[in-house]
Amino acid sequence: MRTYTNSFPHGVHPPDCKYTADQAIEDLPLPSEVSILLSQHIGAPAKAIVKRRDEVMRGEPVAEAVGFVSVPMHSPIAGTVTKVDYVLNPQGLMSQAVQIKLDPDADQEEIYGTPRDVASLSQDELISAVQATGTVGLGGAAFPTHVKMKPPADKPVNTIIVNGCECEPYLTTDFRVMVEDAEKIITGIQLVMDAMKAKEAIIAIENNKPEALDIMEKAIPEGAPISVRSLVTKYPQGAEKMLTRAVLHRDVPSGGLPSDIGVGCFNVATLLQLGQLLPQGRGLIERVITVSGGGVERPGNYRIPLGTSIRYIMEQVGIRPEARKIISGGPMMGMSLSSQDIPLTKGMSGLLVLTEEEMRDGCGTVYPCIKCARCVDACPIFLNPSLLGLLARKGRYEEMAEEHHLNDCFECGCCTYVCPSNIPLVQYFRIAKAMNREKEAAK
Amino acid sequence: MSALIIAGAVMLVLGLLLAAMLAAANKKLYVYEDPRIDEVEAQLPAANCGACGFAGCRAFAEAVIRGEATPGQCTASSAEIVESIAEYLGVDAGVGEKHVARLACAGGDDVAKRFAHYEGRYSCRAASLVAGGGKHCTFGCIGYGDCVEVCPFDALHLNEHLIPVVDEDKCTACGNCVTECPKNLFSIQPISNKLWVACATRLRGRDAKQACAVACIGCGLCAKAAPEAVSMDGNLPVVDYDKNEFAVRDAIEVCPSGAICWLEDGERIIGEKAQKALDKWFNPPPKKEKPAPEVAETSEVSG
Repeated sequence: MRTYTNSFPHGVHPPDCKYTADQAIEDLPLPSEVSILLSQHIGAPAKAIVKRRDEVMRGEPVAEAVGFVSVPMHSPIAGTVTKVDYVLNPQGLMSQAVQIKLDPDADQEEIYGTPRDVASLSQDELISAVQATGTVGLGGAAFPTHVKMKPPADKPVNTIIVNGCECEPYLTTDFRVMVEDAEKIITGIQLVMDAMKAKEAIIAIENNKPEALDIMEKAIPEGAPISVRSLVTKYPQGAEKMLTRAVLHRDVPSGGLPSDIGVGCFNVATLLQLGQLLPQGRGLIERVITVSGGGVERPGNYRIPLGTSIRYIMEQVGIRPEARKIISGGPMMGMSLSSQDIPLTKGMSGLLVLTEEEMRDGCGTVYPCIKCARCVDACPIFLNPSLLGLLARKGRYEEMAEEHHLNDCFECGCCTYVCPSNIPLVQYFRIAKAMNREKEAAK
Repeated sequence: MSALIIAGAVMLVLGLLLAAMLAAANKKLYVYEDPRIDEVEAQLPAANCGACGFAGCRAFAEAVIRGEATPGQCTASSAEIVESIAEYLGVDAGVGEKHVARLACAGGDDVAKRFAHYEGRYSCRAASLVAGGGKHCTFGCIGYGDCVEVCPFDALHLNEHLIPVVDEDKCTACGNCVTECPKNLFSIQPISNKLWVACATRLRGRDAKQACAVACIGCGLCAKAAPEAVSMDGNLPVVDYDKNEFAVRDAIEVCPSGAICWLEDGERIIGEKAQKALDKWFNPPPKKEKPAPEVAETSEVSG
């Protein structure tokens, strides 16, 4: 196999910093309180179905989905609902959340849900069962999984790409789940293949994780149409469009989705959850995150109940005095958190506590663009970030979208990473997109 | 020599021919334009602010002459200019009440806490996208002055606590700040609306108080003091300006935090009770045997 072709053009290669790759997944003790944000996913926020003083079991639904592009929420602890009120979310805005206090006398072992035979379910039943688990893309985008599993009828999905790339530096959660729970991932893959009537599945793993490649290869049952593909390590390989290009050498059309060319992309952690939750009829109540960075005493991979406050996680892992910044997600696409009171959401794949040394541009001085075109050479979707940046500075946002394909940008951060002038290009593009969205909404 | 004469003659004939064509075209293709448009446009402020709802001053001048708009709709012009345009065209000036932009937040850096330090592009829009701006009250003004940048009339200035203050004399209600503010805190209001809720928080009670000293805590006392005009929407009072005559000053006197205030000539007046509470907040009385204050951990926010 010519492995060197198994990648995509452009992109960057940041130092991988995967310090926690050898740390087995560890459970944190249950927190005394959780806040379940009602909008942790892309789509309509869920609607709370509990009220103050209600007793909930561990895993019991506390919010229901509103419409198809929405997912329900489940309580990760057994306890009492203290209130349904505004809580700071990772975007730094106040949004509705169900707050639950742990009941020390309640049984925390028993989890709500009835086991069922998933093999007997029809395609539609399977998809609504996936929605009922509340599963969203755990790689970071938090797009409801069941929506992805139901592509338009005229675009059947033949190939499923299982995303085990984990191209973001620092993060090691996908690697750990592949190493520790390969069988359940395979169950998840088979369930999704059944639900989508897909003919084959390809597990894509970057070649800097030989252990995961080996283990996944061995876990595949005899005769199953599932294969493992080793990809050349590069960022942003985990983005669906890049992944499709790297694995199948086919491009997703501009403005389109992988389903347009008959492909569905799922993250390994998402499939693991499906493989675990569907047969037992449970809901998503916890996820694995990497806590890493120079500001952490005990970096590692932790399985943490959703809704746990960042402050509690930091207390458990220990935070060093030199810590300066907490990022949710990876260093390339992650967002800085403004407070430690923010609860853990389904879309957070890691928490990085960075020190002054690790933050490249603490001074933040922005120099003029010198037209070196490094960003042009780095952009994996062949945009011209330099030109877009200049237009953004002039506030010509509509022109950016209409003539220069701004909406194809998925904010991977390669352009900002390579820019020698320190220009915060991705931030400009986020502003531009927000302004365009606002204008669109006003119409 | 004859070549020169021929060339000269040809050019002359050609020139005359083309001139005749142009003269004919000028007559044939002439588009009549009302000379009054230029006259009216010359008097307008040429700010092209769009407050009138037309695409710039010329479009507005055309609309006024067509009778689709009244001169008074140009809020950027002074009363004399409006009067002079109305007189020139012989139409009614149609001057409405003066409108100004008002900010539904009073939480400057002196009263509203910031819990994170934002690094990155210095603009409200950029900061609000990163993590809400870092202010404890995420509904309030971020204070980086995007509105000041877009004000074409120099009517907005940040005060020493990074809160934009509207100069009501200069404000023409063009609405640029309304569209620019990422937190949607500005609105255009008739100047006679004096009772004003200077808060947009959705936090309640203790949470609101912790975030900002002048936050509305949702107690509803103002709605009880002026029940005809003020009603509660969730935790925030809403003034019904259709019943402006019932919007009495009693409402601000009962407010414990000064979130509801009285605007008089651009000055924000809060009730006595609120003033006392605020004074106490700025100069807290010494407490006995207080344990060492916990140092709040702050995290960094950058773009």
